[in-house]
Amino acid sequence: MNYLYAAYAATWLIHVAYLGSIAIRYKRLQRDISNSGKK
Amino acid sequence: MSSLSSITRATLEKDMRLEWRSKDTINSMLFFALLVVVIFSFAFNPTAEESRAIAGGLVWTAFLFAAVVALNQTWARELRNQVLDAYRVSPAPAVSLFLAKALGNFIFVSILEALMTPLFIVFYNLRALGPAWQLIPVAAFGTWALVVNGTFFAAISIRTRSREIMLPLLLFPISIPALLAMVEATTAILTGEDSAKFWIVLLGVYDLVFTSACLLLFERILHAE
Amino acid sequence: MKPAFTIFALLTLCLLSYALYAALVVAPTELTMGDVQRIFYYHVPSAWTAFILFTINFVASVVYLIKRSVKADIVALVSAEVGVVFCTVVLVTGPIWARPVWGIWWTWDIRLTTTLVLWLIYVAYLMLRRFSVGSQTALIAAVLAVFGALDVPLVYFSIWFFRTQHPSPVIGKGGSLDPVMAHVLLINWAAFMCFGFLVCWSRYRLEKVKRDTEETQALEALLEHGAPR
Repeated sequence: MNYLYAAYAATWLIHVAYLGSIAIRYKRLQRDISNSGKK
Repeated sequence: MSSLSSITRATLEKDMRLEWRSKDTINSMLFFALLVVVIFSFAFNPTAEESRAIAGGLVWTAFLFAAVVALNQTWARELRNQVLDAYRVSPAPAVSLFLAKALGNFIFVSILEALMTPLFIVFYNLRALGPAWQLIPVAAFGTWALVVNGTFFAAISIRTRSREIMLPLLLFPISIPALLAMVEATTAILTGEDSAKFWIVLLGVYDLVFTSACLLLFERILHAE
Repeated sequence: MKPAFTIFALLTLCLLSYALYAALVVAPTELTMGDVQRIFYYHVPSAWTAFILFTINFVASVVYLIKRSVKADIVALVSAEVGVVFCTVVLVTGPIWARPVWGIWWTWDIRLTTTLVLWLIYVAYLMLRRFSVGSQTALIAAVLAVFGALDVPLVYFSIWFFRTQHPSPVIGKGGSLDPVMAHVLLINWAAFMCFGFLVCWSRYRLEKVKRDTEETQALEALLEHGAPR
């Protein structure tokens, strides 16, 4: 049973990690855009 | 067609002549392969029986790493002397340059294999229980498989950071079917237990597919730099 | 965020929740493997989704080689990245399923091995994109994608023959599937396909903004310092 939950959890961990990386990169990009806009 | 082969021959002769004078590539390849053999000898200490079963993998791993040494320097001389720029502007077919380079690498690696094979036989007490002559097509097709893709990926790696690591990174995954075939065929011939025919045919198909792909796409790569 | 995106995201969330419920409750318990078998409902759809994404990468790369379309290049990049993510899921859930059922973490069976090689090829593709210097990254990557795609059938055949010569435990269900199980499998596949599409959409937007920004910045730099006479 534990293996089942481990597998499901691992799946979502991987997906969330990737989505998180997209979000972080997006925020960094927004920051860069606003910075260059201020110049 | 004649300009293709004359350019290929001229470039190949030039590369062979330069290599013969310095022997840089062949020496570094030989030494590297020898090191790999010795280290593997420490790692595995097989009996003659076991040797036949694992020698295929060991031999081709050693040849693969040594081939990378040769492949990494394929375009180095051309880059240093702006030859590639000259080639891009000239009407000469890019394919002839590629063929010359690939053939040159094929010759280097084949020489390496010819020199290293007696060493392997000695270190691992090898004796082929199957049809030993079949090792020749295995070696020929297998070496070409590594060299044709390797020369192509070496050209791709030119415009990347960490050029030397990029080549094996690209080459190894794509070469897996060929490597599997080479290792399995060699093992089959040495142990005499199975037929190597399927693997030799697979290597032939692999060579056909990727030689065509390289010849068709090299021009694009050359002009992309 | 665009309203279409939000609506689709909510729908996908509902579908995923229902799919999870179906996998855990609706699907009957397997006779020999027990509840652990339910990993199947995540493992297989992820594999199918990954393969579809890699196919999209191949098509987009060919389109780029023919048309030099920037959109095609971005689609190629996005599908490769998300494909690798789903492929990672397959490679992680596979051993987690194999261990309690077959007693081994890994076996060089045809499906797992092919998946591993695919993963390696596309990670190499992504590394090429990352390490490439210069304006021609898209072209070089597209060429590599073609090589990768040509390799796939060869990988499959070589491992297939290897396995027929050296048989070993096969991971995964053999034989026919119970109709309820098939139904749950398809629901999970649909859910993961929608999720995959959503992720691709997000990544696509990120990449588009990034490239537009770079272009604008490059243009601004040019104008600031004055165009060369």
